[in-house]
Amino acid sequence: MTTEAVTYPARPALPAGITRPAAPPRAARASLEVARRALRKYYRTPGLWAMGVVQSVLFLFTFRYVFGGYISGGASRYADFFVPGYVATIVLFTGGGIAVAVAEDRTGGFTGRLLSLPLPRLSIVAGRAAADFLTNGWSILVTAAFGFLFGFRLGGTVTDGLAAFGLCLVYGLVFTVVFMVLGLIAPNSQAAQGMSMIAFVFAFISSTYVPAATMPGWLQPFAKYQPITPMVDAVRSLIIGSTSDLGLALAWSALLLVIFTPLAVLGYRRG
Amino acid sequence: MGMRDAPLIEARGVTVRFGKVTALDRLDLNAPPGEVLAILGPNGAGKTTFVRTVATLQRPDGGELRVRGHDVVRDPVAVRRDIGLAGQFAAVEPTMSGRENLEMTARLFGHGRPAAQRAAAAVIEQLGLGEVADRRSAGYSGGQRRRLDLGASLVGAPRLLLLDEPTTGLDPAGRREVWDAVRGLAAAGTDILLTTHYLDEADELADHVVVIDHGHAVASGTIGDLKASVGRDVIEAVMADPARLDEAGQVLGRVTSHSPRLDRGSRRATAPAAGGADQLAAVIRGLDDAGIGVDEIGLRRPTLDEVFLALTGDHAEPATSTAHVTNGGSR
Repeated sequence: MTTEAVTYPARPALPAGITRPAAPPRAARASLEVARRALRKYYRTPGLWAMGVVQSVLFLFTFRYVFGGYISGGASRYADFFVPGYVATIVLFTGGGIAVAVAEDRTGGFTGRLLSLPLPRLSIVAGRAAADFLTNGWSILVTAAFGFLFGFRLGGTVTDGLAAFGLCLVYGLVFTVVFMVLGLIAPNSQAAQGMSMIAFVFAFISSTYVPAATMPGWLQPFAKYQPITPMVDAVRSLIIGSTSDLGLALAWSALLLVIFTPLAVLGYRRG
Repeated sequence: MGMRDAPLIEARGVTVRFGKVTALDRLDLNAPPGEVLAILGPNGAGKTTFVRTVATLQRPDGGELRVRGHDVVRDPVAVRRDIGLAGQFAAVEPTMSGRENLEMTARLFGHGRPAAQRAAAAVIEQLGLGEVADRRSAGYSGGQRRRLDLGASLVGAPRLLLLDEPTTGLDPAGRREVWDAVRGLAAAGTDILLTTHYLDEADELADHVVVIDHGHAVASGTIGDLKASVGRDVIEAVMADPARLDEAGQVLGRVTSHSPRLDRGSRRATAPAAGGADQLAAVIRGLDDAGIGVDEIGLRRPTLDEVFLALTGDHAEPATSTAHVTNGGSR
């Protein structure tokens, strides 16, 4: 067996040009770097952003021109009903990508690499959320643009419309954190994809496409009291300048953030 | 604290449990700086868990683990600043170029932009990635991707490099590339802890080996120490006529009282020989009496495969990464 020396010789510095950072990175810079990588992955993978657009357009098209006529008799009014709802919940459809990306980072070793680096833990979640905030913004913007193209018209002022858009961004952030947690608890990316389907239940059994009151009685309690319905209703009323439902929608958003953000931070800590 | 005087890794009774499974079972280990240390063990022995615990990704359930004097539980940030981790999967972002990957990691170590660029350039130079540095890493070969991953763990000038099975899944050329890179880093003065289940890899790269099995260290020392600790030399004979391998094996078995190992491909019979040169002489006489011709016969030190089997028992299947290496034993 080897004998242990009491003092050890200093090791020469290695590869010339590499220095030791004076301090660990600050939270803001580390978050920015994590966000930048996620954004690069997104816009350099056409499958990610292009498919989101294609999916939105197909969905809008189908509901506007295929189902729309039968649902309301006058297709144009239906566009005004369902486009705001669809835009508000678009991240429920694109969010599977977030869960998959988070799961892939874990199984592929990227999360392990991040956790072995001296960056603040919160930066991993914050960076990811910041990147997804921007990509959600893109999805919401594109979907809204096609909504206008397919006959949706603002019932109130442009300011009301912008307020509604801002509220959709807030929802995007909320859904992002929820999908992040799904990605963290899923054993792999396929499972993350599958688990994301649960979002469809919330998206469809809500007031997004038809008023909850038109559903059978046994389904109404779920449709009325799950968070998506007040969230969608708040966007619809904001568009015509009303702030009714806004309080309940924001309360749900805050509640979901308060529950899921710590879960995401803990989930990342697990590695 | 004078970190220079602290051992690289000091593990005292480190225990990690996953539910009912005890992955590390009161592991003791002491790694002096200035060496390449290989943790050798069969799959499931606890190698990866140990690396993850050293890298602060896994909290120990018991015991004490210090990396360069920093406790992994009490002062994880200090540990993270001292280590560079390259895991079993090359954790590089395929949509980013090699340089972008390195600069990103450098900034996450705490470098500002200019220092990050310098560090990335130095690593690219050091690991010979110049030609592909500005291409997306999705198009890299397996060996290039691993070297990039290795490079990403270097940009913060870590005091300790942790390599978890650095060549698993690589073809022989890729493995050779990574070995050369690791040797270059060790020569330049980086302390390295690597895990492997390839015996030849430990033999190639490590100064010091710790064999772990079922979550605890079963042996530790230099490769020479380990071979010596098994205590017996090996008689090895290469037949002139492969048809007589079994007969030769009988002679070997009779003289050494151990069942011989026969390798038909290389016409080789081996058996441990506690009696050394006297037994060798007896084997030669025995073969001669039976009229069995040999191309080669001699006494050699056991290979790491044989040591490994002796230390971990028969349940452990050692892996040899190249087709079959049974050369002179010492390299």
